[in-house]
Amino acid sequence: MSRFDRLALKQEIEDFLYMEADLLDQREFLKWLDLLADDLIYFMPIRRNVKFGQHAEKENTKQGEGISWFDEDKWTLGKRVEQILTGVHYAEEPLSRVTHMVSNVRLLEVSPSADDAQDVVVGCRFLIYQNRVEYESNTFIGRRIDTLRRNGDSWLIARRELILEQNVLLAKNLSILF
Amino acid sequence: MTTKLPIDRMIDTKNGTISREIFVSPEFHREELEKLFTRAWLFIGHESQIPNPGDFFVSRMGEESVILCRDTKGAVHVFLNSCRHRGMKVCRYESGNTSLFVCPYHSWSYTTDGKLQGVPLYRVLYEGQLDRNEWSLIETPKLHIYKGTVWASWDAEAPDFMTYLGDAVDHLDQVLDCRDGRPGGSEVIGIHKWILPTNWKFAAENFLGDTYHNPSHRSVDMIGIGPSARAGQTGRRDNEYNKGQHVWASFPAGHGVHSVWMPEDFEYQPSYAQYPLVDEYFRHCFEERKKRLGDKARIMPFTGNLFPNTSYHGRQPRGLCVWHPHSATETEAWRFFLVDADAPAEVKDVLRRFYMRYSGPAGMTEQDDMENWLYATKASTGTIARRYPFNYQQSMGAYKHNDPIPGDVSTQITEQNARNYYDVYAKYLKGDGWASLLGTGDAVRAAAE
Ligand code: FES
Ligand SMILES: [Fe+2]
Repeated sequence: MSRFDRLALKQEIEDFLYMEADLLDQREFLKWLDLLADDLIYFMPIRRNVKFGQHAEKENTKQGEGISWFDEDKWTLGKRVEQILTGVHYAEEPLSRVTHMVSNVRLLEVSPSADDAQDVVVGCRFLIYQNRVEYESNTFIGRRIDTLRRNGDSWLIARRELILEQNVLLAKNLSILF
Repeated sequence: MTTKLPIDRMIDTKNGTISREIFVSPEFHREELEKLFTRAWLFIGHESQIPNPGDFFVSRMGEESVILCRDTKGAVHVFLNSCRHRGMKVCRYESGNTSLFVCPYHSWSYTTDGKLQGVPLYRVLYEGQLDRNEWSLIETPKLHIYKGTVWASWDAEAPDFMTYLGDAVDHLDQVLDCRDGRPGGSEVIGIHKWILPTNWKFAAENFLGDTYHNPSHRSVDMIGIGPSARAGQTGRRDNEYNKGQHVWASFPAGHGVHSVWMPEDFEYQPSYAQYPLVDEYFRHCFEERKKRLGDKARIMPFTGNLFPNTSYHGRQPRGLCVWHPHSATETEAWRFFLVDADAPAEVKDVLRRFYMRYSGPAGMTEQDDMENWLYATKASTGTIARRYPFNYQQSMGAYKHNDPIPGDVSTQITEQNARNYYDVYAKYLKGDGWASLLGTGDAVRAAAE
């Protein structure tokens, strides 16, 4: 695997992530759903204030157990989209204005190789600005780890973990898609 | 204790009007903290969160942080989370296990039963002056554990918790008891904490029995997000209460519930389609519960609010929610999700997934509640808006006493629970004694009965 293969792959993955963010911000929710693998895991833990040394074990709620902000699958995300499309989901009616920014993109795992990547684990930062109705605004900032799976000349999101840098959630709702 | 606020004019439940001031005015907020949150029994947490000696869980009472702690001998305490020296928060972890709470500021340390133990340089600086026994962490004078749930009051004169709860206990039991009717046995599987730009009473009142707001949940009812939604069913939960009589009951101490009184021969309604094991579990629990509870099994829960700020969802979903005021227009919400501790893993998994998609800030149902509460608060803060009261005239007088269950019971959607709640709220703000607050010394009520 050459450095150029890796660079090309990184560019391809970044383009995918930016395109995906754009679909959400352009409110192309159904097209966005098409980017999700059928076996998607979509997870946002709740962060806790723990003693030094206990972070690995206790700071974040765990996927697959207990209560997190999100621990769901493609069906549930499909329901979230369906709900917005009813036009009577008042928490998103009228629709929020949202910008998803993605930065600090890094390829964490590539298999089997950069010149024939089928599965890629990519880390990034997200900065999401939500503004709704007149004066309401929220900023969601954190780290994200995505597992992407090759799908022809594009990718599917097979796993998304969103590490939001908040303890008590400072927004009244998580009504947007992350 | 008297108040300068014209409470009787602002809370006129005889005519069904309540001033918007009580939802937006900083003066009312301060009065509530002084006169209501210092006296009423408040929900603190659950024993499943502190199973072992030295376990603690940091909670809230009104605007203040408190530590729920099981001391090294096993006794449970609730302490104000503030050092006696200069007030530093002695614990800024959410939960854990410790033998000492060591204050980060000047290192006074307190044992798990609240006693001041360590005072650096005590001999040199304090000998003969500071009596350590006098400077323990401030502890709630009243604490009660009921079926795993921990409650406390700052008022040493407060009646015992069971008296305070009164007949609302039959409804709270439906939240706390095992699904098969065994008493207690629930555990907390997770907690949501989030900030709502709303007055806390909007949330409490919503759970108190505001079934009238159902249309705001049309989107989830249309698309179906319930436990059987994957099998194509619409609605936001299973239709477990087929043929039941919906009842809205209020109680003299201010509690209000929306429950269902099932017919004598009621039968299990299939639910949790697509999860045969879960359906089977609930069918089994249903039959066991009927055998165990007899006539009492006919009470099935929807929602309720225990005065002043602890709300619950009884079954789908199931949990307790506490609304902590930050200011007149900001609330910190905490939701404790419950399951039967001994339920099979698959049952717990299906439930937690349903809870997450239904409840809280990411919950498809409750997002719409939060939107309502926010903008109802915002649109009530204006000078003109505050001149016009809210309307509470729904189903005036349409209730019976102790029929078919204890309490003032309506069989139609009603704001009676809210009228009763604000009558009790007014008594707290006027500084009434406990006989009045519990409704036992209420001449009007006595005459009416
Ligand atoms: S404030 Fe705690 S020791 Fe001084
Ligand atoms: Fe609601």
